[in-house]
Amino acid sequence: MPVMWRRTRLGSEADRATYRTLHQASLAAPALRAGLGRTSAERAAKHLRTLLGTPALVLTDAVEVLAWDGAGGHHAEQAMALATEALRDGATRVVARAELPCAASGCPVRAGAVVPLVVDERLVGTLQAYAPTPTAGRARAAEEVAGWVSGQLDLAELDASRTRLMAAEVRALRAQISPHFVYNSLGAIASFVRTDPDRARELLLEFADFTRYSFRRHGEFTTLAEELRSVERYLLLEQARFGDRLRVTLSIAPEVLPVAVPFLCLQPLVENAVRHGLESAEGGGHIRIVARDRGPDCLIEVEDDGVGEDPDRVRRALAGEAAHRSEGEDDAEGHRSVGLGNVDGRLRAVYGDDYGLVVETAPGAGTKVIVTVPKFAPGVHA
Amino acid sequence: MSAEAAPGVVAIVLVTVATLGIGAYGLRLSRTTSDFLVASRTVHPRLNASAIGGEYLSAASFLGVAGLLLVSGADMLWYPIGWTAGFLVLLTLVAAPLRRSGAYTLPDFAEARLGSRRVRGACVLLVVVIGWLYLLPQFQGAGLTLAAAVGAPTWVGPLVVGSIVLVNVTAGGMRSITFVQAFQYWLKLTALLVPAAVLAVVWLGDGRPTGGPIAGDLPDLVSWSRPLAEGDGQGLYVTYSVIVATFLGTMGLPHVVVRFYTNPDGRAARRTTLTVLLLLSAFYLVPPVYGALGRVYAGDLARGGSGADTVVLELPRLMLGGTGGELLTGLVVAGAFAAFLSTSSGLSVAVAGVLTQDVVGRGRLDGVRAFRLSAVVAVGVPCATALVGPDVGVARTVGLAFAVAASTFCPLLLLGIWWRGLTPAGALAGLGVGGLGSFVSAVLALGTDVGGRAAGGWVRLLLEQPAAWSVPLALATMVLVSRATADSVPAHAGRFLVRLHAPEAVVRP
Repeated sequence: MPVMWRRTRLGSEADRATYRTLHQASLAAPALRAGLGRTSAERAAKHLRTLLGTPALVLTDAVEVLAWDGAGGHHAEQAMALATEALRDGATRVVARAELPCAASGCPVRAGAVVPLVVDERLVGTLQAYAPTPTAGRARAAEEVAGWVSGQLDLAELDASRTRLMAAEVRALRAQISPHFVYNSLGAIASFVRTDPDRARELLLEFADFTRYSFRRHGEFTTLAEELRSVERYLLLEQARFGDRLRVTLSIAPEVLPVAVPFLCLQPLVENAVRHGLESAEGGGHIRIVARDRGPDCLIEVEDDGVGEDPDRVRRALAGEAAHRSEGEDDAEGHRSVGLGNVDGRLRAVYGDDYGLVVETAPGAGTKVIVTVPKFAPGVHA
Repeated sequence: MSAEAAPGVVAIVLVTVATLGIGAYGLRLSRTTSDFLVASRTVHPRLNASAIGGEYLSAASFLGVAGLLLVSGADMLWYPIGWTAGFLVLLTLVAAPLRRSGAYTLPDFAEARLGSRRVRGACVLLVVVIGWLYLLPQFQGAGLTLAAAVGAPTWVGPLVVGSIVLVNVTAGGMRSITFVQAFQYWLKLTALLVPAAVLAVVWLGDGRPTGGPIAGDLPDLVSWSRPLAEGDGQGLYVTYSVIVATFLGTMGLPHVVVRFYTNPDGRAARRTTLTVLLLLSAFYLVPPVYGALGRVYAGDLARGGSGADTVVLELPRLMLGGTGGELLTGLVVAGAFAAFLSTSSGLSVAVAGVLTQDVVGRGRLDGVRAFRLSAVVAVGVPCATALVGPDVGVARTVGLAFAVAASTFCPLLLLGIWWRGLTPAGALAGLGVGGLGSFVSAVLALGTDVGGRAAGGWVRLLLEQPAAWSVPLALATMVLVSRATADSVPAHAGRFLVRLHAPEAVVRP
């Protein structure tokens, strides 16, 4: 029964109309999720015009026309004046024929609706739909579409603020590395000044290089080689303090050293490992850092043989609940969780959810943190 | 197995053990932090160049070149020349910008440059096709080598090499490990150079015979050694087609490109390529010696067919005999086996890598299992084809892989790196035209070739050597379609090209 089959496959006319509408909307969504700018507006306007079925669709911000899709581009100045008005009133403005004087014959921009776009309760721009004749239906449709566009822009704002939060956390990490570490290191260096001045000088230089790297401002990414070099300086300074109590083994596949990784993605993990390792009962700990080449990915493991941790607490830290830590947890504990959660969050934000941290731990069994980084990801370069 | 087989078997076992052994020590180990700087030092261009040489010099170079020279004379020198000169084009036009793009594979480059998933998909398909076209002759060559050296039936070779490669790749043993591949280069050079020197001395001792006309239909050594002996239009076309395919195809070989990622920056990528040029030039001096000596001492092999590919393996036994001959045979067998292992491992890793990323990895399998499944597919398909498919000569199938690579990735890379007007639609059209044109011709030519050469003629020639028309066609398509769709030039094209061409120190202060 081919007729029946086709009907069930394509659905009724109404179903198809719904599908077409939703599909058009979904085509416009990715552009809008980048925020309201000239490029994104141009991309979205095309789909929004198809969605509304008008001859001309305009997107403006508060200052200028961002995109004019369809006919009648010579009305841009009038459109901007109307936009300013609508933004001042904060309400939809239906435009009549008389308000759009036009010399061109056959110009389809004769009437329309100007709807403000609201993001986070601020008026950021307008959506304008023009047609040869005014109808109430079209004005209402334009209002609905503008509402939907506002929603997408809200989401874009959310994305942007999430990114800003990540950046703020990186800055916080840079600041957080220091306090304990700075005065402990300086103390250790001071103890060498008389007994072994050469070593003290070397350590001081390492310390200078370490801080310069950690406080650098530019660039979200660095190479694994540079990140490891910074880790090396950190470990040298810690070893100056703890001597033989801190043992370190490294196995690094040289092939993965040029891989681009998020800035300061290993440092917090190594810091955790050092602290965990030294908390183990009998004299000192052993830390292992391994970097492997696994086809299109690079695998980095940071492992200690220390006290381990409760898996539930790690899970909570990775879920981002570290900020609401319970009473009685000391500051270092909270700091550690912030480091882990931050690295995990940044890896996921950059490479997607498949590339989160993997933590293998249990009380008394040591901790192993595994970072997987793809050798190539669009937009990522050191 | 006869006593004759002993040196071959010993050689194969030794190469396998050495390969696995170095693979196990491939991780740089350091026990204290004072060694840390050593551990975090990137691969030196010289080492990386040896590794590229090891991965690049395949069965086609080790066995095929001598076989081609033996049968068809000095005209065939264009193959080794082209396979070396390909790196010259790579050096001047592609190496440094490609490294600066941050791409690991060719599909990565396409995605980074054009921002299009569809172009990426087309590139993935092409990587797999080129990889398989290149793997196929490796496995066939393995069959020949084991048949010649150990007396095993020809189906044993593909199975043995296929299994070893699969185990290596899935277990992560020699996967892209620089030291192993570098070792393979020097092993191959030694295995070819030492016997060649000994055999040349034997030839001098024999009073420098030229063999004379072996049979009525074969020219003597002097006219054999003259290039462009048949100076008609068809000969000229074939020569130019080989030149185009080999000069421009090297940059599109998936296993060569991924090795450039190991370089820390564009400058190191250039230095690596320069060293590769020197290493390959040294290597390719040797196979002609085998071709010429084979002309004198092994005239039977010169009668065409795949037997010619075994000339490198047979010559020591034919010329020397005794223990010396056995030792030298063992050495060349070891070299040939290293050639199969390194090239097929590199290719399998490259093919399995893109399969994992873009095909298998989309499913629900986790990383390791997805990679293993991809590796099985990547090795299994060409291995099975080698077992059941027709035998068409090692160097010729490799030549077709080069033709497809030159007709697809060469235009993409050259235009992608040097022309900001390239659009996703243009790239897709060019890849389609070049890929389909060269691949379909290749398959037609191979398919009608079973049981000796079919009748000649221009049509057959154009199918057999498509590069001379398919490369310009693909380039023109890419340019014209890009011009027609000029409004879809990626927004970041200008910025991206600056990053490709400016030294890292300028872009990343």
